[in-house]
Amino acid sequence: MLDAGPAPLVQVRDLKMHFPIYAGIFRRHVGDVKAVDGVSFQILPGQTLGLVGESGCGKSTVGRAMLRLYEPTAGQVIIDGDDVASLPPEALRKKRPTMQMVFQDPQASLNPRMTLAEIVSEPLDEHTDWSRAQKLERVYELMDQVGLNRRFVNRFPHEFSGGQRQRIGIARALALKPRFIVCDEPIAALDVSIQAQVVNLLEDLQEKLGLTYLFISHDLSMVRHLAQRVAVMYLGRIAELSPSKDLYARPLHPYAEALLSAVNEPDPELAARRKRIILKGDVPSPANPPKGCNFCTRCPKVMDICKTVKPDLAEVEPGRMVACHLYTSAAGSTGAPEANERNQQGETR
Amino acid sequence: MTDASATQPNPSSQLRDIWNQFRTHKGALFGLITLGILILAVLIGPYLWVPEKLTVAEAIKLKNQGPSLRFPLGTDQLGRDMLSRMLLAGRVSLAVGLVAMVIAIVFGTFIGILAGYFRRLDGPLMRLTDMFLALPLIPLLLVMVMLFRDRIAGMIGPELGAFTLIVFAIGITSWMATARIVRGEVLTLKEREYVLAARSIGAKPNRIILRHILPNVVSPVMVAATLGVAEAIITESVLSFLGLGFPPDFPTWGRLLFDGLQYMQVYPERVVWPGLAISLTVLSVNYIGDGLRDALDPRIRGR
Repeated sequence: MLDAGPAPLVQVRDLKMHFPIYAGIFRRHVGDVKAVDGVSFQILPGQTLGLVGESGCGKSTVGRAMLRLYEPTAGQVIIDGDDVASLPPEALRKKRPTMQMVFQDPQASLNPRMTLAEIVSEPLDEHTDWSRAQKLERVYELMDQVGLNRRFVNRFPHEFSGGQRQRIGIARALALKPRFIVCDEPIAALDVSIQAQVVNLLEDLQEKLGLTYLFISHDLSMVRHLAQRVAVMYLGRIAELSPSKDLYARPLHPYAEALLSAVNEPDPELAARRKRIILKGDVPSPANPPKGCNFCTRCPKVMDICKTVKPDLAEVEPGRMVACHLYTSAAGSTGAPEANERNQQGETR
Repeated sequence: MTDASATQPNPSSQLRDIWNQFRTHKGALFGLITLGILILAVLIGPYLWVPEKLTVAEAIKLKNQGPSLRFPLGTDQLGRDMLSRMLLAGRVSLAVGLVAMVIAIVFGTFIGILAGYFRRLDGPLMRLTDMFLALPLIPLLLVMVMLFRDRIAGMIGPELGAFTLIVFAIGITSWMATARIVRGEVLTLKEREYVLAARSIGAKPNRIILRHILPNVVSPVMVAATLGVAEAIITESVLSFLGLGFPPDFPTWGRLLFDGLQYMQVYPERVVWPGLAISLTVLSVNYIGDGLRDALDPRIRGR
C-alpha cells in the first residue's frame, strides 16, 4: 500500500555491520560483534522513518553505516539511486551533500575551537568554491532557518545552551541542501522543554525543504509524533516495521508490545488500568546472539521453533512487517508472496 | 569582551581575542617580557658591551676577579670577562634550545598524528618511536657527531656546522615523548562526534587533521614543547662538556656552567650566572606556553 506511491528515496537491503573481535597474543580474529545483522527497510521521499529500540540494539550503528561513517560488512544502502555502501571514495564525497546527519550529543558534535560561522560553513568549504561573503550569506540564511540570532556568528559552542547547540548541528546538516538526514537521537541529550522545540524545528524544516528523515530515538512518544512508519529494533535486527498508527495502537511483535507498554500514559485512569509487560533477563551479547530468534531468551510467548529458526521479516498485514514465528506460522501464507522482494534477511542465516 | 565582538555581525579575527586573553595571564606576560629581554640582550648585547682587549699577561693577572665596574660579572679562570661570555653564550644556547625544540615538536607532532589517525601507520611508527626511545642517547650522538662533524664543518664552516649538527642531533632524539602524547590524544579525538561530523560532510583526512585534530592537541604539545627547551639547552651543554659540541673556547650557557662547576666552592657566582640564565629561559618559556595554551582555548578565553 505504502509502496504504491513514489519510488523510495532510501532503500536499505540486508545491511550488516559486524565489528571484529581480536583476542589472544596474536590478535586472532575470534568473532564478530553483530551490531547490525541484516536490516532492510525503505523510506519514501518526504517521510520519516522512526527507528526505536533499547540501548545497544544497533540503532545508531544503522544510521552511521548508512552514511558510511562505518564500512558496512554487507548489504546495500541505496540513497537517491546510488549504492552508498559500495561507492568509491571520490564519488562518495560527491554524494555526501545529499545525505547528512544530526548527532546525539550537541556538545560533542561541535568542535570547541571553532566559531558558529566556521562550524556551519565547514560543509560549504568542502563542497563549494564560494567567496567568503557568499558563504557568510548562506550561514546567515541557515541561522535564520533554524532560529539562531544572527548576532551569535562569532560565538563558540560552549557559549550556547543545549538546544541552541543542536540548532547549530542542524544548520550544519542543512548547509548543503541535503535530501536525506539521519537524526541520531537528536533530542536525547536535551531538556524536555527543549526537545519539543527541536522536534518542531525538524518538522518545520521537513515541511519547508521536503526532507526525508531517519529518526533514531528511544523516546517512543516523540517517534510517534514525528514518524509515519516505525521500525523496532532488537539486537541488531528489525523486529517489527509498521505504520506508526498501527504499531502504537496494536503492536504485533512481542518485543514491540513490551517496549510500547513502557510508554507513559498521560491519562491517569488509563494508566492505572494499563498493564506493563516486564521482560525478564538481559539482552544477549551481540557477539553471541541466540541461534534462533534473537528475542527468544526473553520472549513471554516463546515457542519451540523460536529457539532454532530465525524468523524472517515478513508482511503479515498490509504495510506491516513482523519478524516473529507467531505470525509467520499462522499468517505466513498470506503475507509471504508479496513480501519476498524485501524479505532477504532470512537467507543469510 | 565577548559582547563587544558579538554585536558586530562579521566574523572577527581570532588573533585579537587570543592576544587579549594572553595579556590577562600575568605569568605569561612576565615570561614574554623576560624572554624578550634575554633575546634582545644576547642579540645586541655583544655590540654594546665590547670587552677590552687584554694581553695574555694582563689576563692572567686579572683571573678569577669578583664583580666590579670593570667586569660586572667578574672574570673566569683565564681572565676573560664573564659578562661578554654570557652574552655570546646566550645566543647559541637560546638558538639551540628553541630550534631543537621546534624540530622535536614539529617532528613529534607529525609522527604522532600520522600514527594516531591512520591505523595502518600506527604499528610501524610506534615501533620506530620505541626504537628511538630504546637507543642510548649519548652513544648515538657520539656516533653522529663523529661521523658527520667534519663533513658538515667542511661545507658550512665549523661553528655553523656544529650548530646545525647539534640542533639536528638534539631534535632527532627528543621527539619521542611528543609523538607518544600526540598519538594518544589523537586516538581519543578522532572518535569524537565532531570528527565524525566532519567525515559525514565529506572532509578529507588532511582537512580533518588540520581543522579538528591539530588545534585540539595544542595543549599537551605546548607542555611538551616548553619542557623540551630546557632539555635541549642541557643536552647541548652535556655534548659540549664531552667535547662533541662546539669547540671548547666557544661559550654556551651549558659550557659555562660546566666550566664553573670545578670552581664552584671558591667562586659560586660562576655557576650561578649561567644557571640563572638557563632557569630564567626555561621558566619564561614555560609561562609563555601556559598563557598561550589558555589563550588558544576559547572555553577559557573571555573569562
